[in-house]
Amino acid sequence: MNDDTSPMMPNIGLAAASGPRRRLELSREDISVQVRDLNLFYGSAQALKHINMDIARKRVTAFIGPSGCGKSTLLRCFNRMNDLVDICRIEGQIRIDGEDIYAPGIDVPDLRRKVGMVFQKPNPFPKSIYDNVAYGLRLQGVRSRRSLDEAVERSLRRAALWDEVKDRLDDNAFGLSGGQQQRLVIARAIAIEPEVILLDEPCSALDPISTAKVEELIIDLKDSYTIVIVTHNMQQAARVSDFTAYLYMGELIEYEDTGKLFTNPGKKATEDYITGRYG
Amino acid sequence: MKSIPLRAWFKSGDPWVWLIGGAVSLSLIMVVGLLLLIGVRGLGHFWQPPIVATTVTTADQTRHILGVIRSSETLPAQSVREAGVDVPADQDLVTRHLFHLGNRDLTGQDFAWFTEEHMSAFETPADAIVLERREWGNFYGHLRAVIEDGVVVAEGESAFEALQARLQRSNQLIADSVRLERYEIGRINRDIERQRLEQRRIELNLQLSDDERAARIAASEVEIARLNAEYDVLFDELRALRTSARRDALMAVTSDGQEVIIDLANVVRATQANTMSVMDKLVEYGARFWNFMSGYPREANTEGGIFPAIFGTVMMVFIMSIVVTPFGVLAAIYLREYAKQGPVTRIVRISVNNLAGVPSIVFGVFGLGFFVYFLGGNLDQLFFPEALPAPTFGSPGLIWASLTLALLTLPVVIVSTEEGLTRIPRAMREGSLALGATKAETLWKVIVPVATPAMMTGLILAVARAAGEVAPLMLVGVVKLAPNLPVDGQFPYIHLERRIMHLGFHIYDVGFQSPNAEAARPLVYATALVLVLLILVLNLTAIAIRNRLRERYRSDSE
Repeated sequence: MNDDTSPMMPNIGLAAASGPRRRLELSREDISVQVRDLNLFYGSAQALKHINMDIARKRVTAFIGPSGCGKSTLLRCFNRMNDLVDICRIEGQIRIDGEDIYAPGIDVPDLRRKVGMVFQKPNPFPKSIYDNVAYGLRLQGVRSRRSLDEAVERSLRRAALWDEVKDRLDDNAFGLSGGQQQRLVIARAIAIEPEVILLDEPCSALDPISTAKVEELIIDLKDSYTIVIVTHNMQQAARVSDFTAYLYMGELIEYEDTGKLFTNPGKKATEDYITGRYG
Repeated sequence: MKSIPLRAWFKSGDPWVWLIGGAVSLSLIMVVGLLLLIGVRGLGHFWQPPIVATTVTTADQTRHILGVIRSSETLPAQSVREAGVDVPADQDLVTRHLFHLGNRDLTGQDFAWFTEEHMSAFETPADAIVLERREWGNFYGHLRAVIEDGVVVAEGESAFEALQARLQRSNQLIADSVRLERYEIGRINRDIERQRLEQRRIELNLQLSDDERAARIAASEVEIARLNAEYDVLFDELRALRTSARRDALMAVTSDGQEVIIDLANVVRATQANTMSVMDKLVEYGARFWNFMSGYPREANTEGGIFPAIFGTVMMVFIMSIVVTPFGVLAAIYLREYAKQGPVTRIVRISVNNLAGVPSIVFGVFGLGFFVYFLGGNLDQLFFPEALPAPTFGSPGLIWASLTLALLTLPVVIVSTEEGLTRIPRAMREGSLALGATKAETLWKVIVPVATPAMMTGLILAVARAAGEVAPLMLVGVVKLAPNLPVDGQFPYIHLERRIMHLGFHIYDVGFQSPNAEAARPLVYATALVLVLLILVLNLTAIAIRNRLRERYRSDSE
């Protein structure tokens, strides 16, 4: 279970009540995603306020914060999923590998191939397991049965699902359990070899055992991909992430090395949140 | 104190459960009752009842009658007396029977009521036969002899067997001659018509020089002469077949002793009803039912089969489905996925919904004005000017009937498809988009397949409505009697411009426009039954397809 006491629980006494705003310093080539002065509005309501952050390449970055704080919204900016919301308006810049993804002339499907996403609820397509994993590749025009077979096996192995489904690749994906579905969706995302994988509360609909498997998988995947994960579960953030950002009311309150943020938060607000005194 | 349990009972909600349960049962009973009624009345028609002989004695005459009892009823004596029938004074109730006497050519009286008091005991003579004839309806009488070329070849006991053998031969010859007439001679007639149109086209073609025109017309004349020669050969063949079919005849005696000679060419089937076992009757039943389903109508639709009507109905529904599905689905996809949601879309949606409530006859009038006169008329001007002023597409026909029905059922398909699209979870779209799919790719690879069951639901509702619709069809393509099926062996094989017969209209026509209402009544029930079954089969097929699709695109949101 997740509610056991974590060794990373912060020591309240050490927390500084106020201090200079801490910024993570990363060298240029370690930066995958750069966010510069990002403001996001839903109609007239501002959902993100002046966000500035750098996300490290081939590391796991976690976004935590109370519901409605804007962490999912921020995540969805990275693959322009917010474009689907008519009333959404964005100011500022997001650069992925130095390229401004909101610049005019950017091919959004192309961006989304580079920045994969896994959602809160497992959302396999009503197709076979094989077709689910092959979906993205087929979109890119891969037709050869052999390269599809190889890619499907590789992705399913990478997602630690191969042994469970190798004998029933042609079965409907809805026949899998919730945890298996979520790993299938991850396999589907990595099949097209993205650079960044965005995980939007990937375990909130899963039981503890499936959660553990997905967490293992996330740690395993960070060798190859930049991973950004949104989670409500602070133990999870502590377990899987290298860096953690705490958002509150659309503002980035603190962004720090995970160990440091949980043991020695720089701000009172962060401390209140991670100790459960929030609200 | 007494009212408290009652109030508690009301509060418990039980009365509503009873009310709802009662309403459901009532509906079920009514549906089942209706089906039973048309089933029993319709299917009963093909069962051969015994042929009854009796003597009716009234004050002014004595009459021997032979026929089958179609129905019986009991009336108060008073009302019968007032109608001028002589009934003993001490009697309160009178039973009377409706006899099907047949022999319309001899007596002019196909059906007649007789009061039981005037009848002698019923007999069922073994040698009584009923003949189903191609003209003049049934014949009831006693078989005496079978005649070949005016010479008696069988008499008495052996006559019936000889009759059956010869009947088989004459029916075969008649079938051959009908085939010859319908297909071979029909083909030549159409070819000649085509040549005539070709000549007209040559005349209308101003680019040709006079010489060339004359040469081409001459060539066409040669072709016509050849076809005419071919026609003469076939016509002689036809005449020979018909003469040969008329070789045999039978002699029979009617109930009042009149001797009649009937050509076997005029007889469809002969039955010695009173000597048949139950097994024989079942075989006879099957044969009659098959004739009804597969035959062409005779005698102003009051006899024979309804095959052209079944075929026409199925064809029309089929073409309607082919037209309405893509249009409805595309319209719904546009409205739901691409159109900017706002006041205009809302007005379009309200209009579509209201379209479903427009009376169908209005669609019929629209179809006649727009499809038949405007579209059809213009098609004729453009592509068939040589046939003018005779219309080709500019008159009611299968295609216009199907299009009118497609228009009528379009709202149903649009609404169900839109509902299906709305129900698809957002996560599924996002999943596809997040993998780098464009909006169109997401639509065609994920959304549309998942929404197919909803589209099928729309189609099922559309088929159910279209197959039962009659009023608009009377204006745009359905007729009492269509000489040719819309599909045959003639190029281009499917003739969309032809008029068709339709089961719904057939019911109306047989039931209310027929000169012989009493004879036609069972056919109305039988046709209604076939229509209901046909709609059922069409629906079950669509439902089976939908369930298979649903299984394939099963999603946990359902």
